[in-house]
Amino acid sequence: MKSNFFLTVVWLVAAVPVLLTGCSPSSSSPSTSQDSPTIKIGEFASLTGSEATFGQSSHQGTQLAVDAINAAGGVLGKPLELITEDDLSQAGQPAVAVRKLIASDSVVAVLGEVASSRSLEAAPICQEYKVPMISPASTNPRVTQVGDYIFRVCFIDPFQGTVMADFALNTLHLKSVAVLSDVRSDYSLGLARFFKERFVSAGGRIVADENYSGGDKDFSAQLTSIKAANPDGVFVPGYYTEVGLIALQSRQLGLSVPMFGGDGWESSSLVPIGGQALEGDYFSTHFSPDDSSPMVQSFVKAYTQRYGQIPDAMAALGYDSAFLLADAIKRAGGAEGSKLRDALAATTNFPGVTGSITMDSHRDASKPAVILTISGGHFKYVKTIAP
Amino acid sequence: MIEFLQQLTNGLALGSILALVALGYTMVYGILRFINFAHGDLFMLGAFAGYYVAPWVARALPLPSLSGALVVLAVSMLVCAIIGLLIERFAYRPLRNQPRLTMLITAIGVSLFLENGGQWLLGAAPKRFPLLLPAWGQWKIAGLTMNSNQCVVILVTTLMLLALRFIVLNTRMGRAMRAVACNPDAAALMGVDTNRVIAFTFALGSALAAAAGVLFAINYPSIDPLMGILPGLKAFVAAVLGGIGNLPGAALGGLIIGITETMVAGYISSTYKDAIAFAVLIIILLVRPSGLLGKRENDKV
Repeated sequence: MKSNFFLTVVWLVAAVPVLLTGCSPSSSSPSTSQDSPTIKIGEFASLTGSEATFGQSSHQGTQLAVDAINAAGGVLGKPLELITEDDLSQAGQPAVAVRKLIASDSVVAVLGEVASSRSLEAAPICQEYKVPMISPASTNPRVTQVGDYIFRVCFIDPFQGTVMADFALNTLHLKSVAVLSDVRSDYSLGLARFFKERFVSAGGRIVADENYSGGDKDFSAQLTSIKAANPDGVFVPGYYTEVGLIALQSRQLGLSVPMFGGDGWESSSLVPIGGQALEGDYFSTHFSPDDSSPMVQSFVKAYTQRYGQIPDAMAALGYDSAFLLADAIKRAGGAEGSKLRDALAATTNFPGVTGSITMDSHRDASKPAVILTISGGHFKYVKTIAP
Repeated sequence: MIEFLQQLTNGLALGSILALVALGYTMVYGILRFINFAHGDLFMLGAFAGYYVAPWVARALPLPSLSGALVVLAVSMLVCAIIGLLIERFAYRPLRNQPRLTMLITAIGVSLFLENGGQWLLGAAPKRFPLLLPAWGQWKIAGLTMNSNQCVVILVTTLMLLALRFIVLNTRMGRAMRAVACNPDAAALMGVDTNRVIAFTFALGSALAAAAGVLFAINYPSIDPLMGILPGLKAFVAAVLGGIGNLPGAALGGLIIGITETMVAGYISSTYKDAIAFAVLIIILLVRPSGLLGKRENDKV
């Protein structure tokens, strides 16, 4: 018995390397997409988990675009095939998802993610394999700094922070502001930093600077400190799940000054959680379905017909990212990595539903921001601010 | 001074919910010498039971109201007690006579199963928990804000602690529980139906978790299938801090963790609140290895 067991172990130890090397030639040589009947595009998104509405929206927008492109004959005579992986809104999962998309599905490009922390996790892998990656909605500047294969179709946080600082100072006339940011999120910390820099240099005062960790439910300690500092307003550059609870708890603690934040607020789940407490608060984002341009209206109509809900910014950005990719493949005359990269980098005045997209030298899109307010439980358009 | 009192109130409210979760942990451990890692997930299921039961209750009773909230609480506790019984019957009982480590790992498996099954079945997006208690308002006493929900939590935690003590110390079943805790084999020889006692212990622990889940959701009305992980972990720490197996110890541990965390977040650094709260735990355990109220136990050789 004992020797049998020993033999099995020896056999296993000996067999594993053989099996691995036996497999490796087929998996390490990337199959060229020339002979495949479709053009494979990978997507990783937070379809479930704490930022689930982000991933679902961007995925629905992307899917709508891919289907529209295929209905119109595909790209270079081939249909697009979208392969989507769920990263569960969890750190660690994007790397798994993107490695799978590149290694086993041999995708020509990767679309994703909304949350900057997760895009930052996937970007080095795409860069390493020289597979172009387009993030629909990650606004932290570091995302595209990873390398020359990483692009985005949205504006970045230095711009968003500036927009909200100017808006707070000049439109809301807030002189002193408290900041409450999420230490676990690259997005939140970056946006908070750019907001503070601009707000202070433009003559405002930051009277309290507090943190929380994404996933927290109790913010009463931080809000009590903020209330004691007596600010005119509170800047909360976080994601919608926490923002709703923060709004509720601040009203419960008798903190009644306006709150405002960034595109992380944009979710159909924000108002159901925060409810009445969010009335009269503001946030900046990428897109408003109230935009009257025919292109936006036909997108809103198609999206609403298919999914039974009005598209939000993440859906619009997902839609734009897929159309931009298809356009770049067309311009490159194929889906080969370096050519596709050059075509993406050369994008100028590409008409998207979230505005005209031109890639700057950092591979970021320079685009206007939209400010929305929450009134009667709905998002209402306030104004558009050009870069 | 007012800010300090406000922070103390915040800490007390947070701590009493942790205390309630910790009570269930510590009771199951006290009787079975087994850490039920799925306790935090039963807490989550309790909140979801409340979420799905509330619309049904709303047809018969006005919601939000105290009576309606109590019915929702009771039904959720019942639902989780049944789930707890099922988990005990199918996951733990077959392993009763296996090494303790096997059961511990199974508990982690059950926990992961409930979390991922929950994401699949209930959806991963956070849901808004319905309003159960009327907003009797906030009381402002000399600048101090206290809301009715916080008072209800503190009150319910106190009542549950007393009820649990009564059950364990003064009822027939409680005596059987203590007998099983002391020596399961001897208890069985004396005619105690150990299977029934252990099942009852699990049902009671699960009901407590459900009560904590519903109260948590009333205070922090955003629920999702992973909401039980962090409170479960902190409540476990609270139970260890107070002396695991000891009921008042769990309540005390919960309050200490809640207040420390709030004070650290309010006055020192909200970034390091968990780190400092856990550092306090380490220091206390260095001085008193069996917890604040725990009895020193010598292993029989």
